[in-house]
Amino acid sequence: MKKNLILRWAVLILLISCCTPLKIAAQTGGTSPQTASPSSATPATNADSEKLNARLTAVEQAAADAKSSADNAWMLTSAALVLMMTGPGLALFYGGLVRKKNVLGTMVQSFAMMAVVTVVWAIVGDSLAFGAGNSFIGGLHNIFLKGVGLAPDPDYAATIPAQTFMVYQLMFAIITPALITGAFAERMKFSAMLVFLTLWSLIVYDPMAHMVWGKGGLLNASLGGRFPTLDFAGGTVVHVTSGVSALVCALYLGKRLGYPKQNMPPHSVVLSFVGACLLWVGWFGFNAGSALSAGTLATSAFVATHFGAAAAAVGWSGAEWLRNGKATALGAISGCVAGLVAITPAAGFVTPMSALVIGLIAGVFCFWMVTKVKGVFGYDDSLDAFGVHGAGGTIGALLTGIFASSVINPIFKDAKGATLPSGVIEGNAHQLLNQTVGIAIAWALGIVGTLIILFIVDKTIGLRVSEEEETQGLDVSQHGEEGYYWETSA
Amino acid sequence: MTKVEAVIQTSKLDAVKDALHEIGVEGMTVLEARGHGRQKGHTEVYRGREYTVDLIPKIKIEMVLADDLVEKAVAAIESAARTGKIGDGKIFLTKVDDAIRIRNGERGESAL
Repeated sequence: MKKNLILRWAVLILLISCCTPLKIAAQTGGTSPQTASPSSATPATNADSEKLNARLTAVEQAAADAKSSADNAWMLTSAALVLMMTGPGLALFYGGLVRKKNVLGTMVQSFAMMAVVTVVWAIVGDSLAFGAGNSFIGGLHNIFLKGVGLAPDPDYAATIPAQTFMVYQLMFAIITPALITGAFAERMKFSAMLVFLTLWSLIVYDPMAHMVWGKGGLLNASLGGRFPTLDFAGGTVVHVTSGVSALVCALYLGKRLGYPKQNMPPHSVVLSFVGACLLWVGWFGFNAGSALSAGTLATSAFVATHFGAAAAAVGWSGAEWLRNGKATALGAISGCVAGLVAITPAAGFVTPMSALVIGLIAGVFCFWMVTKVKGVFGYDDSLDAFGVHGAGGTIGALLTGIFASSVINPIFKDAKGATLPSGVIEGNAHQLLNQTVGIAIAWALGIVGTLIILFIVDKTIGLRVSEEEETQGLDVSQHGEEGYYWETSA
Repeated sequence: MTKVEAVIQTSKLDAVKDALHEIGVEGMTVLEARGHGRQKGHTEVYRGREYTVDLIPKIKIEMVLADDLVEKAVAAIESAARTGKIGDGKIFLTKVDDAIRIRNGERGESAL
């Protein structure tokens, strides 16, 4: 009877320990010798020590499960946040910047990426980006998500299911081509856009993601790449590739009809404003989620992201105020996006104060790119995909090499496991070279890949809508509907 | 009968309407309009690109009045709509041949 009671108590304690796993997890390290000590004081029977071992194993498992659940909760949230950046975030941001007749045509381009890239990713994209392969691209071992199950892949993230990692990375693969749509806004055929961006995702994005983040990738900093490039959340992979490809698109397609003589102001800065604010919030999933866990690194990336965005909004607005005498709403939100772009490679490597500096520089630099440089060269990067993402991503990746701190993220280690300096300021001058190699490869892949795909699509289905269709607007000519249908009678 | 057309600042509509009611004007048609005179609009800057907005939102009031009311109406509009700055608007007067009330076919001033 008494023995039964003890057993029931033991079960109860085990249950409680499963319910409050984090506390137990913190304790197991320190107190396990203590739990073992009674058995050494009073010699235990084999059965007793076996029971104890079983309990210990159960507690350890509970602790691991708890950490896994916590990490998984944050990573699933982050994945949802990153999807929110594309729709509605980017769709609103870009949709507001175009003329009224193109609002749906522009928004649906982002939405199309949410649908099409997902399908492509499931079939082959994930395998090409994150499957085992060579230095440049993953293999075909994981096509149709073969082997991408609920067990973690310790090479990437040991505490979350491989499918969580897969779906999180998918959200990045969605937004990257969607960013390019800003450069060819208001003039590309819907069909051409679909083919172009699907091919782009396979030919440019997947290899670049593999090189920087994939196992064995040429630029991978944590899995032994030849030129370890620090890119926490996609400064090169996402922003440089998309931004540079955007510039190629703008040059290849040519200007919109009437540009730059005709007035083409944004039809609703209000929509863009809402979109930019959603981007800011979603970016926490983008950057802090790139910690791939819910620990201190995620916090560090979260803070850096926020500080970078804020400082860049101040930088752009300040530059604008000084030059034009007024600070505009569009300037403030453009600055915030530029800062978010620039802090993307750096978050998770830099201190909060470095993040402020990076943001401030990016805000002023992108303002100059968009307002001055674009005008000098005269290309029609309609919504400034290059000026913000290409320029912001490039300067951000360079500044990451300068400001990266091993205190924030001890990513480089010597053979004995001692931490090596990360960035130039810490004494690793070589890192600027590695960053430059990463950036140069992103530029080269973006330019060459985009040119080839554009050429193929141009010669087969044609890239641009006809002049009549362009005048009519993409909403009616491409989709047979209107964003704003005003009834003329009551 | 005279047709009075007044183009005024959008912010002055209520003041002008009240002033006209006070002197006994019973009917008017109000249009939201865009246009410019010597004011020539203003510039807006989007990401460094300057756009000239030369068609500015205005209010146009149209009414046809009996001749003895016209000068009083002009004075009322002038005093209610004037700020003294460029962009206050203009008043145009035109002779009107006839007026017809659709409901009962009345004609002339009694149709107003």
